[in-house]
Amino acid sequence: MSSRTLYDKLWDAHHVAKREDGSSLIYIDRHLIHEVTSPQAFDGLRERKIEPWRVDSIIATPDHNVPTENRAKGSKGISDSISKLQVITLEENVKKYDLNFFSLGDERQGIVHVIGPEQGLTLPGMTVVCGDSHTSTHGAFGALAMGIGTSEVEHVLATQCLIAYKQKNMRINIEGDLLERVSAKDVTMFIIGQIGTAGGTGFNIEYAGSTIENLSMEGRMTLCNMSIEAGARSGMVAPDQTTFDYIKGKPFAPSGDQFDKALDMWISLKSDPDAVFDKEFSFSSEQILPQVTWGTSPEMVSSIDEKVPEPRDFKNKENYEDALNYMGLKPGTKLTDISLDQIFIGSCTNSRIEDLRIAAEILKGNKLAKNIKRALVVPGSGLVKKQAEEEGLHEIFIDAGFSWRDAGCSMCLGMNPDQLNQEERCASTSNRNFEGRQGYKGRTHLVSPAMAAAAAIEGRFIDVREI
Amino acid sequence: MKQISNEFSGTFICLDKSNVDTDQIIPKQFLKSIKKTGFGDNLFDGWRYLDEGTIDQETSSRAVNKDFIFNNKLFTNSNILVSGENFGCGSSREHAVWALKDFGIKTVVAESFADIFYNNCFKNGLLALILKKSEISKIFENFNENSAQSIEIDLINQVLYYGDSEFKFELDDYKKKCLLEGLDEIGASLKFTDQIKSFEKNYQLKNPWLFK
Repeated sequence: MSSRTLYDKLWDAHHVAKREDGSSLIYIDRHLIHEVTSPQAFDGLRERKIEPWRVDSIIATPDHNVPTENRAKGSKGISDSISKLQVITLEENVKKYDLNFFSLGDERQGIVHVIGPEQGLTLPGMTVVCGDSHTSTHGAFGALAMGIGTSEVEHVLATQCLIAYKQKNMRINIEGDLLERVSAKDVTMFIIGQIGTAGGTGFNIEYAGSTIENLSMEGRMTLCNMSIEAGARSGMVAPDQTTFDYIKGKPFAPSGDQFDKALDMWISLKSDPDAVFDKEFSFSSEQILPQVTWGTSPEMVSSIDEKVPEPRDFKNKENYEDALNYMGLKPGTKLTDISLDQIFIGSCTNSRIEDLRIAAEILKGNKLAKNIKRALVVPGSGLVKKQAEEEGLHEIFIDAGFSWRDAGCSMCLGMNPDQLNQEERCASTSNRNFEGRQGYKGRTHLVSPAMAAAAAIEGRFIDVREI
Repeated sequence: MKQISNEFSGTFICLDKSNVDTDQIIPKQFLKSIKKTGFGDNLFDGWRYLDEGTIDQETSSRAVNKDFIFNNKLFTNSNILVSGENFGCGSSREHAVWALKDFGIKTVVAESFADIFYNNCFKNGLLALILKKSEISKIFENFNENSAQSIEIDLINQVLYYGDSEFKFELDDYKKKCLLEGLDEIGASLKFTDQIKSFEKNYQLKNPWLFK
């Protein structure tokens, strides 16, 4: 057989049938479900009078629309009646079809893209889908993981397959050691700044090179998570010893003989040395400084030592002017002169234990700057929260003036009460700086957990290496 | 022979921007609905109104942004939207397509689309149509907010007619067939049931740890 990329191998291994239009039916191993994009899909199943194809492939949890405080009463305690109906609808569907479920009161509940890996529900070689664009996160394990729409959620429930066209192959190579306090978040933001938000459209991205190999699993998840912000529906890293060590012992991961058998297969999951990529980029780790977005698209990003660019330096003038108007910024403003109102540490991009450790290390013994009106830490899952509390991280956050919350998507998209007020400016570890995303007329600057912690102390952006 | 598809043709609105994301098309507060309908009044909510919308609110009493093209009476019956590069980027929310459809949009013309949004369109009977940058620019340049103009689409021959211009566009045959005949995708895939079962059996033998 000719040389293949990792993506080619995963595609071939799950290819069920070719359809008349040239698209394919791809077998799905893991289907993650949450409350926002599933109710209409379950309704569709009932209209057809069919049952889910393979219940053991499904795991459900509420995350997008849940409050992050006062959760003692579970879904019954949700004060917003419309949110409550959506969460209860998920509970009813779970009950009806007897699905694996982590309810609001379960310590395993959390953001779908945090709990999948944490529970060993995400494994190398799998196909993973979810009605959420950040499903690309799971590619960190050498899985083919894609966000899908609600019609596709229904299709996967009904057939265990996704209709897909094969994507082109892109590889992004990064070599070298990252500079001090520069993390996977800065790497992905840097990449988006380089290739643009449509740069990866139509491609699967494989991330490779020594910089990537040296990332922890948490870092690889952060990196793959934002592939969609570069336009790619899926991104991946070939599994290695770091991956296998992370998986071993996880509740849903194979154990004993089964683990060894799986490992034999997982080791083969890498691109062949002479595999051909349709597009390839190479960067050096030394190019990557702490990143901050200044606009309303993730590609509107600069290094912390830069200024908000002049119009002539940005290609899309119309978008640029709208973005700066919305953000209340002037060209030429130093990023370090931008002061902040809120800090958000959380989201499927940056709410894992490593993220919280990094932020806590910087915050230790420090307090929020006076101009910071509110700072939230929202752990990615109940278990991340528990682990952080065992390590005493929560005390560091609380002593610094942060609010220590329960798990959920929270202010990444502001479907729950955690939102920015009008024109408030936020340093956020989330993934999208779109208009209104974190709250009506709210202004989002995307940064790493380290940069968010540093900004919390200074009340403005600062190069975290100077703290 | 020219065969105009009336369903996908009509007056158009221009949104001369790139990277129009699904958070703009339908903001998050409206995703709390468990239905597929009722999103049309909140299409582009943040740009269309001068206040913050809530899901259970009557839109008729809200202050509208008169400068926003979707509030121009000449265009409220438009069924084609023309925009720039990377339309529909961001969240996978199919609610974005449901909102466009509810408003009456049948065709979205853009220089390029985000993948998930593009797929979501065809699953709901919307035509997502890609033109070249120069062709989109020509439409933007001649667009006039004081008079509605039309675009005609020949879906069968894959030609978009605008004024004196004829723009050919690419579209795969199956997607075209789905739009013309309203094919049921799940029904079509279920015809592969035997193949899926046989694949699954073999796959389970090779990867037993993936099955309970």
